[in-house]
Amino acid sequence: MLRAQPRLESSKLMSWLSPFIAVALTMIVSSLMFLWLDVDPLKAFQVFVIMPFSDSYNLGELIIKSTPLMLCAIGLALCYRANMWNIGAEGQLLIGAVASSAIAVSATDDAGFGTYLLTIGAGVIAGAFWAAIPTWLNRRFHTNIILTTIMLNYIGLYILLWAVHGPLRDPSGFGFPESAMFADAVMMMPLLESGRATISIVIAIVIAIAAGLMLFKTLPGFKLRVMGAERSAAKYAGFSENKIVWLVMLFAGAMAGFAGASEVMGPIGQLVPSVSPGYGYAAIIVAYLGRLNPVGVIIAALFMGALYMGSDLAQIELGLPTAVTGLFQGTLLFFLLACDFLIYYRFVPKRPLRKPSSRSLINEEGAA
Amino acid sequence: MDAVLIQSLFIAALKTGTPLLIIALGELICEKTGVLNLGQEGMMLMGAMAGFAGAMVSGSLFIGVLVAMFAGMMMAWLFGILTLTLSANQVATGLALTIFGTGLSAFLGGSLVGSTIEGFKPIAIPLLSDIPFIGPLLFNHDILVYTSFALVGIAWWALHKTRAGLVIRAVGENPHSANALGIKVIKVRYMVTLLGGAMAGLAGAYMSLSYTPMWMENMTAGRGWIALALVVFASWKVGYLVLGAYLFGFTSIMHLMMQGAGIDISPNLLAMTPYVATIVVMVLLSSNEIRQKLATPMSLGKPFDPKRQ
Repeated sequence: MLRAQPRLESSKLMSWLSPFIAVALTMIVSSLMFLWLDVDPLKAFQVFVIMPFSDSYNLGELIIKSTPLMLCAIGLALCYRANMWNIGAEGQLLIGAVASSAIAVSATDDAGFGTYLLTIGAGVIAGAFWAAIPTWLNRRFHTNIILTTIMLNYIGLYILLWAVHGPLRDPSGFGFPESAMFADAVMMMPLLESGRATISIVIAIVIAIAAGLMLFKTLPGFKLRVMGAERSAAKYAGFSENKIVWLVMLFAGAMAGFAGASEVMGPIGQLVPSVSPGYGYAAIIVAYLGRLNPVGVIIAALFMGALYMGSDLAQIELGLPTAVTGLFQGTLLFFLLACDFLIYYRFVPKRPLRKPSSRSLINEEGAA
Repeated sequence: MDAVLIQSLFIAALKTGTPLLIIALGELICEKTGVLNLGQEGMMLMGAMAGFAGAMVSGSLFIGVLVAMFAGMMMAWLFGILTLTLSANQVATGLALTIFGTGLSAFLGGSLVGSTIEGFKPIAIPLLSDIPFIGPLLFNHDILVYTSFALVGIAWWALHKTRAGLVIRAVGENPHSANALGIKVIKVRYMVTLLGGAMAGLAGAYMSLSYTPMWMENMTAGRGWIALALVVFASWKVGYLVLGAYLFGFTSIMHLMMQGAGIDISPNLLAMTPYVATIVVMVLLSSNEIRQKLATPMSLGKPFDPKRQ
């Protein structure tokens, strides 16, 4: 038998390996679930893993799903590194989408580049503002950031619903809770000739790499990592906690706001109640899957995007409900957290302690 | 407003506050031992779904309630394995539990959407329910509301008057000292975590078998999260928790009052009130940092491994 023994030093190898072990375990558990649902696991594997990468159309759709996840998760990774439990990416994304739409609905086809930037800027600023509220409350009144950001997610959702039912509803839309389609002048530039993917993915990847460099190669990044690892050490070294906290929170909010803007200005093209199928929550898992490393987040977001797409495809191909996405996400995060155990512990053979065997007793007698 | 309207508002507030009270009571006991389970929403949703399914299949509401509590416990057990046995981060694991529970309940409950059952019926307690105003307010409810009254009493008594309560508080304040005294810290934490799961399941069952007898995806609408805020609001005291839960009941039905008063506001904006109220209350209470620090169980959210000091 094996028993767990604390490691003296955390394992570098395992911290690289554990996300992959977690993904493998999730796949095994999902296969069992597919068997139970009378779905051929090989077919399911094809739908969830192969199809999203199979042709240029699917690849474009994969990029669309991955972009908001990546944008949100980069910011969250930095927040979690600083021990700021910002769960509010969902609300920040929704508010960003609403703000961008408020500008975009009144833009006409001959609007200039200024209007285009203003539309993006509105989303970015609104997202940052939505993150500033819990940050200010936390700094000023010491409120719990987890709970305030969650509450702001719900409030954000109702603001979105209010906007699509009220001020931003398309007057000629037969009463549907949707805004009018945006003019081409305020739409994101497409990435390729065909397909709906936009340049947002390029922006996301550039920001991810920049954030990674900032985190590991610059003094502010070092301060952030010290503060996250040991708050008292950072305080002793004279690092301003307030400054770091405000910086990561506003950055995360701006990123989530940009994600919201790029959704309505990109693949959706209008404001609808279902702007986000839980991207802000899934981004929490992406941040963890990427080991809270902005560069790791790029790969993790593509993986999670494939999962989202897979469940869309599974609905068509296998007749599975879209709720399986949440199921997989939860399972994956469980395994990720469980696998972190391997970083701090190792398994060694179980040896009975202090149980003298009869043989050794005889030997001792013989020696005597 | 006339007396009948005021009375019905009080009754509505009490009914709305009941699920919050049940789930927050479970979480309060958990937090007393240092376990911070942010998976309340997920456990509650699983409880609501499982309770409704159990009642549909068996035809008995009581079996439904038992199934709901069992489902909540299973979810809590999962949380226990990760945070107590594998020392995983409690915050992240709680989030995972909520994401998982939301997904699983939507997945398993897909075929239940649209079905209806007859929920729990109010039982008027003879004589007591005839008292004017108080009678209909407190003594004409279904069995789950009475259970919530009893649970408050039991929780207060157990925490303050029994050895078990002392052990729970000792583990939460200083697990290392408790361990040195021979208390099995992990075992105690497992037990309260499971208890919390059962309470969350019960709160879910109240939602799907009494409050609105049906099942819908995400039907708890953030009540699990509000309950977590309530525990902070109550400074980990049972008495304040009761007050807080019913106060939140009031804020949640505020839109009824506003409609009664003839104020015309978008229903979507009115639906925000409980969430805004939660933030406002947290601000009012958290601003006294010293008081908050003293009330918080010392080891809240910190993993404990007797092998590591």
